Amino acid sequence: MSKAIIKVSELRKDYHVGEMTVHALRGVDMEIYEGDFAAIMGTSGSGKSTMLNILGCLDKPTYGEYQLDGVNMGTMNKNQLAGLRNNKLGFIFQSYNLLPRTTALENVELPLFYNSKVKTKERKERAMHALEQVGLADRMDHMPNQLSGGQQQRVAIARSLVNDPVVILADEATGNLDTRTSYEIMELFQRLNDNGKTIVFVTHESDIARFMKRNIVFRDGRIQKESAVSDRFNATQLIEALPVDEDYES
Amino acid sequence: MNYANLTKIATTALKRNKFRAILTMLGIIIGVGSVIAMLSIGESSKQSIREEMSDMGTNMIFVMPGQQRRGGVMMGNSNTKTLTLKDIEALRKEAKNITEVSPQVSTSGQAVNGNNNWPTTIYGVDAPYLDIRKYELEDGRIFTDKEIKSLAKVCIVGQTVVENVFNDNVDPIGQTIRFGGIPLKVIGVLKEKGENGMGMDQDDMILAPYTSVQRRMLAITHIQSIYASAVSEEQSDAAIEEIETILRRQHKLKEGDDDDFQVRSQAEMVEMVSSVTDMLTLLLGAVAGISLLVGGIGIMNIMFVSVTERTKEIGLRMSVGGRGFDIMMQFLIEAVMLSILGGIIGIIFGTALSYLASFALDMPFVVDTQAVGLSFLVCSVIGIFFGWYPARKAANLDPIDAVRHE
Repeated sequence: MSKAIIKVSELRKDYHVGEMTVHALRGVDMEIYEGDFAAIMGTSGSGKSTMLNILGCLDKPTYGEYQLDGVNMGTMNKNQLAGLRNNKLGFIFQSYNLLPRTTALENVELPLFYNSKVKTKERKERAMHALEQVGLADRMDHMPNQLSGGQQQRVAIARSLVNDPVVILADEATGNLDTRTSYEIMELFQRLNDNGKTIVFVTHESDIARFMKRNIVFRDGRIQKESAVSDRFNATQLIEALPVDEDYES
Repeated sequence: MNYANLTKIATTALKRNKFRAILTMLGIIIGVGSVIAMLSIGESSKQSIREEMSDMGTNMIFVMPGQQRRGGVMMGNSNTKTLTLKDIEALRKEAKNITEVSPQVSTSGQAVNGNNNWPTTIYGVDAPYLDIRKYELEDGRIFTDKEIKSLAKVCIVGQTVVENVFNDNVDPIGQTIRFGGIPLKVIGVLKEKGENGMGMDQDDMILAPYTSVQRRMLAITHIQSIYASAVSEEQSDAAIEEIETILRRQHKLKEGDDDDFQVRSQAEMVEMVSSVTDMLTLLLGAVAGISLLVGGIGIMNIMFVSVTERTKEIGLRMSVGGRGFDIMMQFLIEAVMLSILGGIIGIIFGTALSYLASFALDMPFVVDTQAVGLSFLVCSVIGIFFGWYPARKAANLDPIDAVRHE
């Protein structure tokens, strides 16, 4: 068995809304292994977003332990958590969250700006390399509004790769994209995973979840079901099988 | 996180919103510009007044008749006849701190020559008067003692009088001017002196022996004022005291009696005028300073808008590893850059404005370096002060909420 990158045990999270206490997570035990490609699924209110916030070191659990790459995040302060996000995590959002009027290259460089060990030259090189990995090296000077949705999401993926994170956290990364583009993005994720990247992918679409190796289903703040995907989709094959859209030229 | 990176982020953010940045800076530009312009114009007008007053002789002292009480009635200055030629003699003999003394009596009237006439003032003076008032002869000569004693009908004319009373190409020397019905032979012409600090034409005058003006024109025996030169500017105060002592004795004033004359020195006048211009400069500077404050509030306003507008960006920056401190510094640097850049443009703008003003008002061009340094400092402080609160607000955002902010 390979090494556990993420290890959570007995994780609970309570929110206080006025007088009421909302139990968003009611004791979660979960492990994500190196090279894993896991979908966190669930309806809204199932606790999957809370889980992702905690996994992303943006929020702290009320109770329980979370170890990220051997580091116990429970003992860390706000600034240390920021450092952890900077060094170990890559984020991908549903709405891409690229900086407007900023070139693709500069968008990808962003996480490295907050790492004082990386000098200007290295920053540029690493950003270039990340853009190459997502196949957008020729678009490095484009602004987000000059890119299609799929391309913007690729830039966002490049941004999540640039700091060489131990795990990539994707939040509904295909939620804003059409079927073909979604499949193309999943193709990219599958390739990254094949190359050894650990990916945790939050989605509520079960067909998207079938691109992954494992599905973890949340319900009412607990893990309802955890299963390996037996009939896994291969994105490349699915794209070939799609009817050719005359309006669409890649 | 190093400051070079933060500065780069801030610069990029400003570049992305050039127009807004310029509009925001406008308040600071106008504020700093007007502070610099006001202080510089104030300083240069002060200098120009000082220069003109020292042209009139900084060691000059003048004595005017003062308030006089007659049976309980205060008399006006012009009616008082307390200064006499005996006072002059006494001063000449006894005063050690003054070098030269001259009486002055004056009257206004028309100067006539041929078909030309000009309203001017004739001053009856003694020969040292020219030295005391820093007048110089361009041509001709000064009165002799004999002319003074004999009430001679001679005069020395200023350039304005020359221009208006004599036809072109006529040598004034040897010509005759009628003033108050009395023909005066021109024996000298004064060099041009220009306007004084108060805008008075110092060339619009005729000088004649005081005896002639006193007896022939005014028919009086007293004198209207006394002009004297102190040995040096520093000894002005000592000279004033000496003159007061001598005149009090001459006028037989008992101890406790008020002076029936006033002694003033040019040095005093310079100081007085300077303090007035200083006051005005301060006032104008304060008004300009308020506009600088308004500019600072403008920056704060825009920074707030900017923080709200870029909530999502802040959330993103935090999720990729930006600490609260990094975010705060980014916005603070932005605010400081706005205000300092605005300050620099304002300094250029203000300097250009004061240059134009000095050009238009014919004053020396002075850049108040102290004001420049001060505005620069004030700008930085304004940037930090008004940028702090919005930056703090940005730093305290919750990354989870911020990144999902729509």
